Amino acid sequence: MRNRDLIGFAGGAILGHRLRSGLTALGIAVGITAVVLLTSIGEGIHRFVLAEFTQFGTNLIAVMPGKTETLGISAATISNVRPLSLNDSAALGRLPGVIAAVPVVQGNAPVESSGRSRRTMVLGVGSEMPAVWSMGVAAGRFLPADDPRAPRAYAVLGKTLYTELFGDRSALGQRVRVGGDRYRVIGVMAPKGQFLGFDLDDAVYIPTAKALALFNRESLMEIDLLYREDASVDALVKQVHQRLLDRHGFEDFTIVTQQQMLDILGSVLDVLTFAVGALGGVSLFVGGVGILTIMTIAVRERTGEIGLLRAIGARRGQVLQLFLLEALLLAVLGGLAGVGLALGITGLLKLLAPALPVYPSPGYALLALLLAMVVGLISGVLPARRAAALQPLEALRAE
Amino acid sequence: MICLRSACRDYLMGTQTVHALDGVDLDVEAGEYVAITGPSGSGKSTLLHIIGLLDRLSQGSYELDGDDVTHLSDDELALVRCETIGFVFQFFHLVPRLSAAANVELPLILGGIAAGEREERVQAVLQSFGLADRADHRPDQLSGGQRQRVAIARAMVTKPAILLADEPTGNLDRSSGKEVIHILETLNSDGLTLLVVTHDPELSARANRRLHIVDGAITKDERGAG
Repeated sequence: MRNRDLIGFAGGAILGHRLRSGLTALGIAVGITAVVLLTSIGEGIHRFVLAEFTQFGTNLIAVMPGKTETLGISAATISNVRPLSLNDSAALGRLPGVIAAVPVVQGNAPVESSGRSRRTMVLGVGSEMPAVWSMGVAAGRFLPADDPRAPRAYAVLGKTLYTELFGDRSALGQRVRVGGDRYRVIGVMAPKGQFLGFDLDDAVYIPTAKALALFNRESLMEIDLLYREDASVDALVKQVHQRLLDRHGFEDFTIVTQQQMLDILGSVLDVLTFAVGALGGVSLFVGGVGILTIMTIAVRERTGEIGLLRAIGARRGQVLQLFLLEALLLAVLGGLAGVGLALGITGLLKLLAPALPVYPSPGYALLALLLAMVVGLISGVLPARRAAALQPLEALRAE
Repeated sequence: MICLRSACRDYLMGTQTVHALDGVDLDVEAGEYVAITGPSGSGKSTLLHIIGLLDRLSQGSYELDGDDVTHLSDDELALVRCETIGFVFQFFHLVPRLSAAANVELPLILGGIAAGEREERVQAVLQSFGLADRADHRPDQLSGGQRQRVAIARAMVTKPAILLADEPTGNLDRSSGKEVIHILETLNSDGLTLLVVTHDPELSARANRRLHIVDGAITKDERGAG
């Protein structure tokens, strides 16, 4: 029997029961739609979260004091941990491949200006922070590259803080008090939005040395390094490690690369996508049971036809092929309809709710289609085997 | 052509064994016209199914065209059925969703014949049975006689050596029945070996040879005009 004739015959059998075939294919279509739609949403969330985390740039290395294996914050009093100092930061900044190093201290303090006061986040940072964190200055300029140990008392306001303190008046050149000390405002940052609950717009940026003094701290909280695009992360991490080891004597620091964080995040999000995909798979399974049911009924109904085919010379294998192919065709029809439907719905979602992170991935759609075919084949095996096992005589008598 | 020796076919009905065929010896030469008669349950249909390789012997041997087909595998039997034997059934057994032409085409499709040749052969055989204008009709749009003619066309399209008909007129009115018998006899006169199972004494009387079966054994084997 030729392949084209096989397909023709199986297709004819499907078209012979339009309503029933349509409904069966619909079962698969719904399953595939669910799989594609849910994985699209999973993929959308994946991309959304990654974008959220990479808004500060991707070529980042963070160095934190203390070895994280010790769990928790190292007690500064009896610690043999040397704090991360401004000198460490400067030393790391000089490593080849490193574009900029930003020493970071963070805390809370009241910020006052002309009778208005607001308790807000204070970030002690270096002059290169805008480049490293991919942030922009809306007005004025950012902190100048002063001597890191004796910087001038300049402050840069986040967008929200600026609006709260100054309304729509210009803040440039105005004086503010941060935790009692006086600063001159030299710039206002462009809005950046929230990140994991931190409102980066409701903050004031002052030189790191000033912030260390303000919070009475010896150690930086973190040193952020921006490295060149073409630099090897692993080599760079080794260099950072060696440089700090030379300076501290032993390993009392932790190095985290943005890439590591993204990898971990990525694998978590992959699990999420897979999980929602599996949820869709449940409905696909139901669709498969639908095919199984219909094909079982079809075999019973068409027992006479099977007997006749066998009587006029069809081999068992041919009968098996015919019914398997019929199940497969049903599944493919349903699968194609499902993918189409899912793409339609995601298109509609993008139009109606652009904020919703939906991202249909062709890979998943293709996978879903393959899955539909596998489901069709598996669902078809049992009925097709039953059909092939029928004795021609019994099958003929059944009518 | 057909050579059965001590042919037995036993069925298990519950705990009882039924001897549907009980030691049948039968020789049929090529081109013969044989009518098989007998009461219900006598085993005449079983004999036809055995000859048509739709059923297997429990004991004994069966030679078809000089080849022992007693122990052929399932697929080999299918091949012999496809090439050598045509069937006509009482209830036609046409596939309801297919047109007359498509029904006739089925054995050729199963045989893997190319589409162009199939078309020609189907057209030719429909033409010769007067069905050319019914080619695109589905079975439910055909009369009983036309359906049986389509079934005969389907059986003959592979040019078999033997045609087995199980009550071919059993489901037809008299005039359609006559028409069908006429077609079968014409085919026989062209050299086809024809075996017909029937209840109808008028029909069996027309055959050159009449087998009467009772309880799985041949009780009468008459030759010549009835």
